[in-house]
Amino acid sequence: MTILSGVSFSVGGGEALILRAPNGAGKTTLLRCLAGLTPPVSGEIGFGFDDVAYAAHADGLKAQLSVAENLRFWAEVYGTRDIAPAVEAFSLSALMGRRAMHLSAGQKRRLSLARLLLTGRSLWALDEPTVSLDAEAVGWFAQAVTAHLEIGGAAIIATHIDLGLPSARVLELSQFRHDPDTTSGAFDEAFL
Amino acid sequence: MIALLRRDLALTLRSGGGFGLALAFFLILVVLIPFGVGPQSELLSRIAPGVLWVGALLACLLSLDRIFQLDFEDGSLDLLATSPLPLESLALLKALTHWLTTGLPLTVAAPFLGVFLSLPGEAVVWLVSSLALGTPALSLIGAFGAALTVGLKRGGLLISLLVLPLYVPTLIFGAECVRRGAEGLAASTPLLFVAGITAGCVAALPFATASALRVNLR
Repeated sequence: MTILSGVSFSVGGGEALILRAPNGAGKTTLLRCLAGLTPPVSGEIGFGFDDVAYAAHADGLKAQLSVAENLRFWAEVYGTRDIAPAVEAFSLSALMGRRAMHLSAGQKRRLSLARLLLTGRSLWALDEPTVSLDAEAVGWFAQAVTAHLEIGGAAIIATHIDLGLPSARVLELSQFRHDPDTTSGAFDEAFL
Repeated sequence: MIALLRRDLALTLRSGGGFGLALAFFLILVVLIPFGVGPQSELLSRIAPGVLWVGALLACLLSLDRIFQLDFEDGSLDLLATSPLPLESLALLKALTHWLTTGLPLTVAAPFLGVFLSLPGEAVVWLVSSLALGTPALSLIGAFGAALTVGLKRGGLLISLLVLPLYVPTLIFGAECVRRGAEGLAASTPLLFVAGITAGCVAALPFATASALRVNLR
């Protein structure tokens, strides 16, 4: 089923792109395409999936493992040695020994976002990353994204709130809503 | 890769229902058989190879639906699929974890349970070697079934329907190997068949499992 058509954008190093659209308009679908999980019906994605760090609605944490074990697992998967910067960025150090099942929703989200710093990948594809975060944690998240952009990374973020990223461009997805009658020339591409 | 193996083993140990469940099921099944068919040791020793193999196979089935379902539900399967780890090695590792938590304990426990069924002593070595060589195939085929049904609610029953027919060759050769061992015949040919099935599964099924996962993650 085609959901979006004619989507075309480019994101360079140091740039952030905010995806905005009403619920169900295809933000998640687009991000899953960019992460290589859902192949696009047609079109071209101009970067390797090995550059993308994807963060979904679900936190992807193991409830029976501690915060430290969850982080160390992802660090090992991505071949990262040092988990300290990720712990600091989302101020998780007080929670390190606690099992993920005993965390609040916002703490889980922070742990899930800290994983991004461990991936060492240049393009972050984030699906509503600030859900259940408090204002302070949204600030930490914005700092983490800014730091990532400063070292030449890029971010594509689907969100409904203002993240406090002044440099970010906004892409309204609702303009690309697929209309079954006008399929001529429809293409779907993104370049990095 | 070792990180994933370690994580999955830790999870199985901490959440329970891993080692314990399959082993307890196997134990209960084998202990119930003499109650059901009566205590004639001659009859028991004749059906022992088949009962032990069918028991091990059913015990393996119990935990198949958890191989990918838990990771799918909490979202970590998406994250693993986008990680540097190839899905093929993920599939192989998940099957290996399943084998370490079910097939291996079953293999170790089987000689002791053989005593309940008055399995002849000379068959024990064939029982252990056929289970050791055959249960990895059960885990690999099971992981394939689990990957096919990963997005489904209550896919457990469907896995059994998909997977049990594929278990038949392993069961036939495994039980035949133990039967021949019990009767003092040459048992190495069926054992080699079991080993061959496992080798074929190791070579082919991780790729099939990975493609099934890819389709289900769309």
